[in-house]
Amino acid sequence: MTKMAATRDGYGEALLELAANEKVVVLEADLGKSTKSLHFRKAHPERTVSCGIGEQNMLLVGAGLAASGYIPFASTFAIFTERAFEQMRNGIARPNLPVHVCGSHGGTHTGTDGSSAQSIEDLAIYRTLPNVIVMHPSDIVSTKLLTMQLADAGSPSYTRTARNKTPVLYEGRENDIKIGKGVVLLDGEDVAIIACGVMVSESLKAAEVLAKEGINATVVDMHTLKPLDGALVDRLANKCGAIVTAEDHNVIGGLGGAVAEHLTANKYAPLERVGVQDRFGESGQADEMLDVMKISSSYIAEAAMRAIARKA
Amino acid sequence: MRCTTIKSHLHRSILAGEAMVNIEELKELARKCRVHIVNMVHKAQAGHPGGSLSEIDLLVGLYKTTLRTRPNEPDWSDRDRFILSKGHASPGMYAILAEMGFITVEDLNSYRVLGGICQGHVDMKWCPGVDFSAGSLGMGLSFGMGSAIAGRLDGSERQVYVMLGDGEIQEGSVWEAAMAATHHELGNLNVILDRNRIQNDDFCEAQMRMFDIPAKWKAFGWNVKEIDGHNMDEVVQGMQFLSNSNDGPSILIAHTVKGHGVSFMADNPAFHGAAPNDDQYAQAMEELGEVVA
Repeated sequence: MTKMAATRDGYGEALLELAANEKVVVLEADLGKSTKSLHFRKAHPERTVSCGIGEQNMLLVGAGLAASGYIPFASTFAIFTERAFEQMRNGIARPNLPVHVCGSHGGTHTGTDGSSAQSIEDLAIYRTLPNVIVMHPSDIVSTKLLTMQLADAGSPSYTRTARNKTPVLYEGRENDIKIGKGVVLLDGEDVAIIACGVMVSESLKAAEVLAKEGINATVVDMHTLKPLDGALVDRLANKCGAIVTAEDHNVIGGLGGAVAEHLTANKYAPLERVGVQDRFGESGQADEMLDVMKISSSYIAEAAMRAIARKA
Repeated sequence: MRCTTIKSHLHRSILAGEAMVNIEELKELARKCRVHIVNMVHKAQAGHPGGSLSEIDLLVGLYKTTLRTRPNEPDWSDRDRFILSKGHASPGMYAILAEMGFITVEDLNSYRVLGGICQGHVDMKWCPGVDFSAGSLGMGLSFGMGSAIAGRLDGSERQVYVMLGDGEIQEGSVWEAAMAATHHELGNLNVILDRNRIQNDDFCEAQMRMFDIPAKWKAFGWNVKEIDGHNMDEVVQGMQFLSNSNDGPSILIAHTVKGHGVSFMADNPAFHGAAPNDDQYAQAMEELGEVVA
């Protein structure tokens, strides 16, 4: 049986390991129990700053710390980071201060809290900011590794984690994980499915469905949306000639947007974007939401067929 | 983080040598800075003279009597921090930075010019001596709070000074920071409030009444002192109050006049963000005791 774990726990584990670096500080906005920074708080209260329910203040406290040589990791729900977007823009990205923001509970997969908590635009908005690394890892192992790599990144970042458990993919494959490098999880020549976050495991399921039809799909975990691994996209366009993107995010501006922007300026291949169709979510179980939003594995498989049919 | 109150700060005001403070010299320096301010805004034909002229006596008092910096080593890690949160009032800051030797008087000609270190709003990536990239109101106090926590983590006694405009405190995020600074008992965090009573569109009283400002800060747990921000004796005493109040965050509310020092700009909302024409420039220079060639 597939081992399951939540990416937010990978974030929490990474902070604990990063504590060996005395410059690492953790900022909270009353959601440490949810984002999993609470473990760091318990072990290192002197390096944990409670900002109360005040996200705008939190991000700029991080900027002040970063400007004085510290490496702040600030977390809250993905949706609540967005109210501090201008602080992220003017106070962090513009002066290129290495403040690392983690938005947990991203996407419709967040489930029963409903649309107010289901951020479907976070990846898009942070992708528009110069200097900012944008990531959405798929499993607990990669989340932990990518978060730990951020400490040496030297520039600000936004990482989306998920509330609910997803299959563990990278046990024994830890060396594959590097910021800015997509990972080929499955190699096929008919179509390439590029996914992020919870949609990576959905894409692997879709590939199984396609295999039964005699279609060999490549599946890529594009955990880093910015900087995008354009060289890998080019290779996929050349090799497969048809591409599908899959994300638990609005089809506008996220992973599908990033890949589309790249394809239009480089090697062209027909692209089908699986994602939230520019609408808000609702309360529902995580699995139910993927179906309601038409982004679960069967929809990815259908999109793959459409992309293949569009090959010249 | 909730640590014990920072231990009693060394009394390091220059008033330790009280006779050393020459109020007349400070006034003359403020006059020269006012000339720089009007020059910059006139040359650029843009910018914010009003809030620069209201803040400048405070900046002179801060930099000359209190702020521990090294103009020849602007990135000295244990320097006191000064954060101009009302970053549009940049001509005032550039003027004092030039007089302190962080930049040259010639650099002031680069104000609002492509490639110039004197960007429209003060920017830490462009100008030596600038600790914060400002320009969007309501952000500096939070940044200052982070800087103050960093100082405490470093075990340093360095101080952080944040200048806010009075209109600026209409931004809600200022009060997130005001509350958090008291919670974290940041005795090394200080605010200077330039209470010039005018904001972009009009008098504050017309735009958004703020009622009892000192009572608001007191209610948030801050040490509060009010001064006349154009009386240099009071300015110097105010800076001493800030550097010696370390049992919690402190605010100096300085009552000022927007555009102070130039008659037609004084208390005039039109000169929040407008440049003088050539005739007005000549008049301003005359009032400031400068002979224009």
